[in-house]
Amino acid sequence: MKKSRRNRTGIVLIGASTVAVLVALGMVFLYAPREATMGDVQRIFYFHVASAWVGFFAFFVTFLAGIGYLAQGKRRWDILALSSVEVGLTFITMTVVTGSLWARPTWGAYWTWEPRLTISAVQLLIYVAYGMLRAFLETESQERKARFAAVYGIIAFITVPLSWFAIRWQRTIHPDIMTGGGGMAMTPRMVQTLLASIGAFTLLYATLLQQRVRLERSIDTVARLQLRVERKKGI
Amino acid sequence: MGFLRKIWAIVAKDIAAEFHTREMISAMMVFSVLTLFIFSFAFDLRGEMAEAAAPGIFWATVTFAGTLGLNRSMAREQQAGCIDGLMLAPMDRSAIFFGKAIGNLIFMGIVEIVLLPLFSALFDAPLIRPGMLVVATLGTVGYGAVGTLLAAIAVNTRAREVMLPILLLPLAIPALIAAVQATGGLVEGRALAEVNDWVRLLVTYDLVIIAISMLTFGYVMEE
Repeated sequence: MKKSRRNRTGIVLIGASTVAVLVALGMVFLYAPREATMGDVQRIFYFHVASAWVGFFAFFVTFLAGIGYLAQGKRRWDILALSSVEVGLTFITMTVVTGSLWARPTWGAYWTWEPRLTISAVQLLIYVAYGMLRAFLETESQERKARFAAVYGIIAFITVPLSWFAIRWQRTIHPDIMTGGGGMAMTPRMVQTLLASIGAFTLLYATLLQQRVRLERSIDTVARLQLRVERKKGI
Repeated sequence: MGFLRKIWAIVAKDIAAEFHTREMISAMMVFSVLTLFIFSFAFDLRGEMAEAAAPGIFWATVTFAGTLGLNRSMAREQQAGCIDGLMLAPMDRSAIFFGKAIGNLIFMGIVEIVLLPLFSALFDAPLIRPGMLVVATLGTVGYGAVGTLLAAIAVNTRAREVMLPILLLPLAIPALIAAVQATGGLVEGRALAEVNDWVRLLVTYDLVIIAISMLTFGYVMEE
């Protein structure tokens, strides 16, 4: 029990992500040029894309952690999977919200069933289901709970690319004029801003993930201590 | 006993059990017809509207009725303590998966066989097409497979009847879209070869889902 209570990695991560987010914010509002047709509204794009990427990445981590758990049965994989889903849900919710905020002034409606936005919403639904599954599992054994969650995390993630293709192909058959050809001409400054924003959000993800993992570990420690106290009382 | 015989033993058990109670098929059947009526009242399905909406309504009905049957199929195993028996049987876990999945497939298939002509008659929509057998089979195989795996998870939750659709529906989206699109093509009078892309997506979905279910079902069943 001589482990240092201080969370060095955490402090470094918090510092780094604070700096990165501030730099990204500065670039989004000061450095990136004003988009010609959409105007300042387009700046939400940098947050939107970055959070979509992080959300997807977070669920990929859960997928890998699920495989790790099934292979090795170690609690730490399960903690990673669960934490990554929770942090990922935050980002994917942000994606859906910023997406509809952006759609409203650009296309005149909060929701246009644009494929990329739709697949984010599908991921949101899948991982809300994952969270509900964990909450509703009725089994004493934490190990079994983790196994069910791992299986769902694996099979759910595999369906995401298939959903993506299905949604896209469906849209190409019924092309909608409203969002069709929504390609933006990106200037180098825009690309740099986007990359900075993605980098900052990824760091922020790592920071939040590390904190969430630590929290779950503390919960485990408390549970263990409680058990010890109860056992001593028993004697 | 060979692998196929073991699978067949489980399928035969499920068919025999269903033959005694008839609770799965009758529930799915009545529920499907009710769903058709609800859709018909909701959309006033006549003429062109019926033809355009038919593929979607058919698959939505199969999807919802399917969750009913899938739930029942696993709940029955657990209630009767049948799961312990299956686990004690000297066979690979994937045999249990295939047995249960094929059983579910047969029950869903029976419902679809009744539903298709009924649907065509009620809405005067030409759903019975040459390629429909292929599309319906592929769609049902994928849905039934992922449904069997998730039902085995959902029986372990509180309020399991509620949990299965929440887990299953978002994962069934690719199969649902592909099946609806392919059926739509067939209803418009196109040949199976012309909806090839969707059929291929269905095949991919089925293979991927079956492979993952095979690999993970053991982890779900273990105590």
